[in-house]
Amino acid sequence: MRIDCPFCGSREIVEFSYLGDAGVQRPAPDAGSVFTDYVYLRDNVAGRHREYWYHGSGCHSWLVVERDTRSHEIFSVDYAHRETVR
Amino acid sequence: MRNSIFSLALNALSGHKHWQPTWRDAEPRAAYDVIIIGGGGHGLATAHYLAKIYGITNVAVLEKSWIGSGNVGRNTTIVRSNYLLPGNIPFYELSMKLWEGLEQDLNYNAMVSQRGVLNLFHSDGQRDGYVRRGNAMRLHGVDAELLDQAAVRKLYPFLDFDHARFPIQGGLLQKRGGTVRHDAVAWGYAKTASARGVDIVQNCEVRGFIVEDGQVVGVETSRGSIRAGKVGMAVAGASSQVAAMAGLKLPIESHVLQAFVSEGLKPLIPGVITFGAGHFYISQSDKGGLVFGGDIDGYNSYAQRGNLPVVEDVCEGGMALMPMIGRLRLLRSWGGLMDMSMDGSPIIDRTPISGLYLNAGWCYGGFKATPASGLSFAHLLATDTAHETAKAYRLDRFATGHMLDEKGQGAQPNLH
Ligand SMILES: Cc1cc2nc3c(=O)[nH]c(=O)nc-3n(C[C@H](O)[C@H](O)[C@H](O)COP(=O)(O)OP(=O)(O)OC[C@H]3O[C@@H](n4cnc5c(N)ncnc54)[C@H](O)[C@@H]3O)c2cc1C
Ligand SMILES: [Zn+2]
Repeated sequence: MRIDCPFCGSREIVEFSYLGDAGVQRPAPDAGSVFTDYVYLRDNVAGRHREYWYHGSGCHSWLVVERDTRSHEIFSVDYAHRETVR
Repeated sequence: MRNSIFSLALNALSGHKHWQPTWRDAEPRAAYDVIIIGGGGHGLATAHYLAKIYGITNVAVLEKSWIGSGNVGRNTTIVRSNYLLPGNIPFYELSMKLWEGLEQDLNYNAMVSQRGVLNLFHSDGQRDGYVRRGNAMRLHGVDAELLDQAAVRKLYPFLDFDHARFPIQGGLLQKRGGTVRHDAVAWGYAKTASARGVDIVQNCEVRGFIVEDGQVVGVETSRGSIRAGKVGMAVAGASSQVAAMAGLKLPIESHVLQAFVSEGLKPLIPGVITFGAGHFYISQSDKGGLVFGGDIDGYNSYAQRGNLPVVEDVCEGGMALMPMIGRLRLLRSWGGLMDMSMDGSPIIDRTPISGLYLNAGWCYGGFKATPASGLSFAHLLATDTAHETAKAYRLDRFATGHMLDEKGQGAQPNLH
């Protein structure tokens, strides 16, 4: 598996660390039980999954990768922070 | 016929032509008292204890593939009860006791081998951690022995004791731990459950739930709809997918774990050894192959195969621990789907949906749990109350804060 980092180009998977589902949204601090769902519950899809990867052995960017969890085919790689540009 | 030395001799003398199938490959019926989804170790063990201990025999185990095709036939066969937390120790110790009597209970040879599990430590801090763990075990009546370097040398002289980075200082030994032939566990539980009337239905994938008045009353399958008084899920890596059919979201991610086996060798490694400075564990099968594994691949996966970096990492761990295996050839490697929970511990509980029960979150350590998991899940299905040893495995513990995080990693499934 390789990830095509928008800054560094195509790099081997060992250069990156995985954080998980990029779809979860941190609720407001006083949101109550919704916070439990945010921290602990996951869709855990078999198929297209948007997920966070960190390019620790490269440019140190946080990335959002869309990947098929059954085949590891990667459809898109973007910076996690929209304001980041190359 | 009961399996015994006489049945073996009789079959041998008649040219092995008269062996009967071990269990009945059943056709699904229209309705059951209890349906168990998933013909892995946990599902089949649940059926066995439901029938044997709780007298509930109108039961079906529905398996989408063949029984034993999942993790129960893919794991590295290690069983142990060397846990730290009070919520875990009694459960895994019950499991160990059930392993000790399993073959007599099932009248089936599962090659239960209490050859000892040794966890090595390589630093003072790690030793203190193992002292604490060993004490916790002994307080619960579980066997644990702390070995110094000399004692480990006596057991396993071939380890790299003076490794420049990870010198071996000693280890925590659980002598009653060991290995069990994994697929024989599936077949053995299938045998006794089937003999008591449980239907084991293969090639029967559950594709949805029949819900009436907010209550689960059956399942839709690839072989038609089947009704049931109660439905229990024991589908390991597919837990989130099956739960989603009932509109449930679980504190689980699916990850792939790989395992490896070398070419066959003469007897070399008498017990189970785990490396403390990396993730590597190894034992030798009775056929002679070295069976070993390491970390999960680390990202959500539904592919029952892993990637190369972990192969390299596992082999590096092996080389650091016992350089003598460097010239061995790998025979096979494979992967299985782990239901990694948010705190690294399992869930055996009712769900918010009446009629639906959950057995999931086994991570990469659920094989050793098979007997206790089956017994506890059967207890829950039969009595609607948690088994004495499984009270901590609640689904709502994530909301109430009663996590069982052995490794202290927090809500990060790929790190447990
Ligand atoms: C490589 C590897 C090494 C491991 N090593 C160890 C070890 O050394 N020690 C240890 O204790 N544990 C180990 N484990 C973990 C252990 O194997 C699992 O935690 C345990 O087997 C899971 O329970 P099970 O046996 O019921 O799962 P499985 O055997 O996976 O059973 C689940 C079944 O559900 C079926 N299923 C899924 N979806 C559906 C559906 N919709 N309808 C019908 N059926 C369905 C699947 O086909 C499968 O057969 C290891 C796992 C792997 C993969
Ligand atoms: Zn980069």
